[in-house]
Amino acid sequence: MEHMNIIVCIKQIIDPEIPASQFKIDPASKRQVQGSHSLVISPYDANALEVAIQLKEKHGGKLTAVSVGTATAVTALKSALSMGADEAVLINDPLIGSPDQQGIAHVLAKAIQKAGGFDLILTGCVSGDWGDRAVPAFMAEELKIGCVTFVSRIEAKDGQVVMRRVVEDGYELVEAKTPVLASIISDETNTPRYPKLKDIMAAGKKTIPVWKVADLGLDPDRVGTGAARVAITDVSIPIKESKCEMIEGDTPEEQAVKLAARLRELKLI
Amino acid sequence: MPGTLVFTTTESGGLTRNALEVLAGGKRLKSLLGGPVGAAILGTELNAYVPLLFAYGADQVYRAEHPLLARYQGDAYTTALHLVCQQAQPNVILLAGDSIGRELGPRLAHRLKAGFVADFSDVDLDAGSGRLLFTRQAYGGKAMAVVQPHLSPVVATVKVRALDPATKEEGRTGEEIRVDVALEASQLKTHLLDKVQEEVAGVKLEDAKIVVSGGRGLRGPEGFKVLEELARVLRGAVGASRAATDAGWVPPSWQVGQTGKSVSPELYLAFGISGATQHVAGMSGAKHIVAVNTDPEAPIFKVAQLGVVGDWKAVATKLIECCKALTRQ
Ligand SMILES: Cc1cc2nc3c(=O)[nH]c(=O)nc-3n(C[C@H](O)[C@H](O)[C@H](O)COP(=O)(O)OP(=O)(O)OC[C@H]3O[C@@H](n4cnc5c(N)ncnc54)[C@H](O)[C@@H]3O)c2cc1C
Ligand SMILES: Nc1ncnc2c1ncn2[C@@H]1O[C@H](COP(=O)(O)O)[C@@H](O)[C@H]1O
Repeated sequence: MEHMNIIVCIKQIIDPEIPASQFKIDPASKRQVQGSHSLVISPYDANALEVAIQLKEKHGGKLTAVSVGTATAVTALKSALSMGADEAVLINDPLIGSPDQQGIAHVLAKAIQKAGGFDLILTGCVSGDWGDRAVPAFMAEELKIGCVTFVSRIEAKDGQVVMRRVVEDGYELVEAKTPVLASIISDETNTPRYPKLKDIMAAGKKTIPVWKVADLGLDPDRVGTGAARVAITDVSIPIKESKCEMIEGDTPEEQAVKLAARLRELKLI
Repeated sequence: MPGTLVFTTTESGGLTRNALEVLAGGKRLKSLLGGPVGAAILGTELNAYVPLLFAYGADQVYRAEHPLLARYQGDAYTTALHLVCQQAQPNVILLAGDSIGRELGPRLAHRLKAGFVADFSDVDLDAGSGRLLFTRQAYGGKAMAVVQPHLSPVVATVKVRALDPATKEEGRTGEEIRVDVALEASQLKTHLLDKVQEEVAGVKLEDAKIVVSGGRGLRGPEGFKVLEELARVLRGAVGASRAATDAGWVPPSWQVGQTGKSVSPELYLAFGISGATQHVAGMSGAKHIVAVNTDPEAPIFKVAQLGVVGDWKAVATKLIECCKALTRQ
């Protein structure tokens, strides 16, 4: 397949790998407090970028990163450019408010239509903060294109793609004509690359267009906090107090023997 | 009469455990909202499942049979389940939070213009408004969120292994409704070419009573051979952290956690796993958790009941020997 137009949807989030002990919620907004933690590309979106870059390297084409977020998301889009995206677009407008994932998907779908033709839309399989695993499917429905979720590998040939979809007991090979949307799950073939210094510098110089609600012809009933079909009424940090009984011993072998005895006592083995 | 519709799946002639958990969810909603529990079943030759669905709590069974529904294919299943919903007019539609439900659920929600709730583990009624309140994890398991749909219908996925499976009541019957689905292969935008099933040596990870899991601390694929031996001796299954599956040491289907599988064994043994919340999200339902880690500060010791600070390999190797001796007794 020659020349693929690929869109990758990336979300900027607070580093999801911070220890639980440093995680805080703002009771008023019911959202995570950023504090001194860094903002990153939601991890699976980086895997999606990697899949897209590899396809572009093989077949040629154009790769566009799209994000709905606040002004800070420019840094996430710049890292996408430094990894290998050709263009990036930010949709940032206070009118978007905090809708639910269906609202976000509506905005993304409209932005993708405005961005022009595409063969493939890639997303992460789950966002690292809210984690609905739903935006990809909502978007595909909005755009009336095929949708395959939890895909780890993609091969393209003659206007068709074959996707490896990870399922509970192995994987499926799913074939589709383009255009199609796939949500990406990580495996050893799509570990995100580190950008080179010169590419980071080049990305820093690029300007990233910012689109507004008015630019996209959005359905006003679908954006804004009031449009959400699902409201978040509470977010709390669960208190887990488990007392861990430590198995002591001079050597790991001695610890193992004591562990086995303890498990036997508990009738677990 | 509108009630709850649950989407059920089958395997080797019976209902899946995920289907029984969704049926349990349906019964719970019936106790909260009233209205019947309808079970949707799609496939070919479904006769044998209808009495089973009644026995596990369905008041109505909506069956749709078509050759294109023989195996899960996104477009065919979305269209068929949408047709079932148009006929049943449910207020709430439940699916399992598995590889099918997580794809089908949001697609269906979009077609029904419904609210969508992902992977809930509990549901209740808001005393004031009389509306449903769903409890689910957020931020990779670091928080619990309560969400309230504004609209009816609502499509929701049930977190796997969060609800006890529905129990069987022999002799229970109900109403059977056949739904005609006209499907053409040419309407399907995606096609299942092939399915590659991974061999499992013993029990399946999601059904195992004992799970032996390994993480980055194993430092390579060879380490998993040791854990496989331990799992074999204990008649358990092997799981892994995302660090181990991302490295390609073991297949992605072995991953336990937010993105991977949810498990709720009697005993979960974690070797060389730090205990990130996204991992714990998939195994906190285990009755007993044992952690083996060289770092006494590793967060896994905050969720474990038994801990060993030490090298995973030395502990696992000796444990195999001890367990062999015990089973010989
Ligand atoms: C959106 C999202 C979804 C995710 N989903 C999942 C998921 O489904 N499942 C999952 O597992 N992760 C998931 N993660 C990743 C998760 O955040 C962690 O990065 C991951 O679980 C870490 O794996 P680990 O514990 O094996 O590795 P590490 O965190 O690197 O821990 C390795 C541990 O091994 C110990 N160790 C080292 N040497 C030894 C030794 N010789 N003996 C004993 N111990 C030793 C170390 O002390 C350390 O604690 C997700 C992350 C995100 C952002
Ligand atoms: N605000 C956003 N901007 C761009 N992409 C997004 C946004 N929200 C979600 N996505 C994409 O949808 C995927 C799944 O998100 P979720 O449905 O929230 O789990 C993410 O991994 C992203 O690829």
